[in-house]
Amino acid sequence: MTEPRKARVATASLAGCFGCHMAILDMDEHLIDLMQRVEIHRSPLTDIKSFRHRCDIGIIEGGCCNEENVHVLRDFRRNCDVLIALGQCAIMGGLPAMRNAVMHSDAPLRECLEEAYITGRDIRNVTHNIPNDPALPLLLDKVYPCSEVVEIDVQIPGCAPTGDVIFNALSKLLDGKFDGFERESIRFD
Amino acid sequence: MSGLRFEIDGVEIAARDGQTIMEAADAAGVYIPRLCDHEGLRHQGGCRVCTVKCNGRSVAACTEPAPPDAVVENETPHINKMRRDLVEMLFHEGNHLCPICEASGNCELQAMAYRLDMTDPTRFPYLEPCRPVDASHPDIALDTNRCISCGRCIRASQDIDGKGIFGYVGRGIHRHVAVNGPDLAHTDATIDDVAVSADVCPVGCIIRKRVGFSRPIGERDSDHGLIGSNAKAKADD
Ligand code: SF4
Ligand code: SF4
Ligand code: SF4
Ligand code: FES
Repeated sequence: MTEPRKARVATASLAGCFGCHMAILDMDEHLIDLMQRVEIHRSPLTDIKSFRHRCDIGIIEGGCCNEENVHVLRDFRRNCDVLIALGQCAIMGGLPAMRNAVMHSDAPLRECLEEAYITGRDIRNVTHNIPNDPALPLLLDKVYPCSEVVEIDVQIPGCAPTGDVIFNALSKLLDGKFDGFERESIRFD
Repeated sequence: MSGLRFEIDGVEIAARDGQTIMEAADAAGVYIPRLCDHEGLRHQGGCRVCTVKCNGRSVAACTEPAPPDAVVENETPHINKMRRDLVEMLFHEGNHLCPICEASGNCELQAMAYRLDMTDPTRFPYLEPCRPVDASHPDIALDTNRCISCGRCIRASQDIDGKGIFGYVGRGIHRHVAVNGPDLAHTDATIDDVAVSADVCPVGCIIRKRVGFSRPIGERDSDHGLIGSNAKAKADD
């Protein structure tokens, strides 16, 4: 009898701080258990940059702040059976979404960039320009939660979620028995 | 002795005449979720998170008089689902960035979300309002992005402090809490007001300056169990 095929997992960091990927590594010795059951395909952890196989699970860190994020997220949705939003940034925009509601501003994105590159105190920007190299992905008007761009199947809350919460959720998903979280383990921070 | 009896989820509760369902439940150590109600303040019946079914009819437990011989349902999947929807809408109506909020871990809205299992992918759009922060007062700041219009500060200021510093303005979706002056510094609010005490504002809107993040992770309210899990112990006190 052949061994059952390992589940394929892909991960991506969109508008996040990589803290949620650090949290994946934070599973510590559980990673050894997990790696008996999964292989990592497209991910910053493997440096594989495009899908060559369909994946069972896709894990997204961060929401969408630029057009490349949207492109990657849609690519994940097309290529993954179960799509997970990992962490508050993916779930509701998180810290980057602070730019969506700049106080008293009708153009929050412009105000945010001007303060960051031109008018803010202690800025040394010799060009006095907002970066606009054509190689840079176009910024979106707002930071969008993943669920506003594609359908999300599972959300793992936290900033970042603990290694245990991630391990338990993934294990149960692999068993086909995921039915939510223990309420005591939920954190939004 | 005057009094009456009714049951909540099969548990018999004794009530004094004039008590609300929630008051009687609290005295018996049965927790009913709530946001706009706060011990020591007049009941408002605004948030509806305390909705229970009394003989099959939805009522606000914080304002409904305890009903003689009634059958009250509290913790049912259906009721908790409705409560979760209400709490979810409160998250969507303001700007709730828990990871950067000084109330995180000590916030009743967040604690209610934990209790009610608010982790599924969202079905509501985020309103993302642009609301002001008022940091004019030397000791108190207001971040109205997190205000859930529960009115607890309004009642505390009016009824206990006798000041009327907070009040509702506007109508419908535009109704919000404002201060009685151009900003907080131009009111007679002081840090000793009950209205600005740590327990009155359930969220991170009324901020006492220079005390944020003083309780480390692991020692905050939410680290000691779900909100309401100490109801029995509180009733026994
Ligand atoms: S949720 Fe928190 S840890 Fe994860 S990417 Fe966002 S800011 Fe970083
Ligand atoms: S007020 Fe509560 S729910 Fe809102 S951001 Fe702060 S901790 Fe989160
Ligand atoms: S400021 Fe706080 S106490 Fe007052 S209405 Fe808003 S949430 Fe309630
Ligand atoms: S607690 Fe009863 S309506 Fe808010």
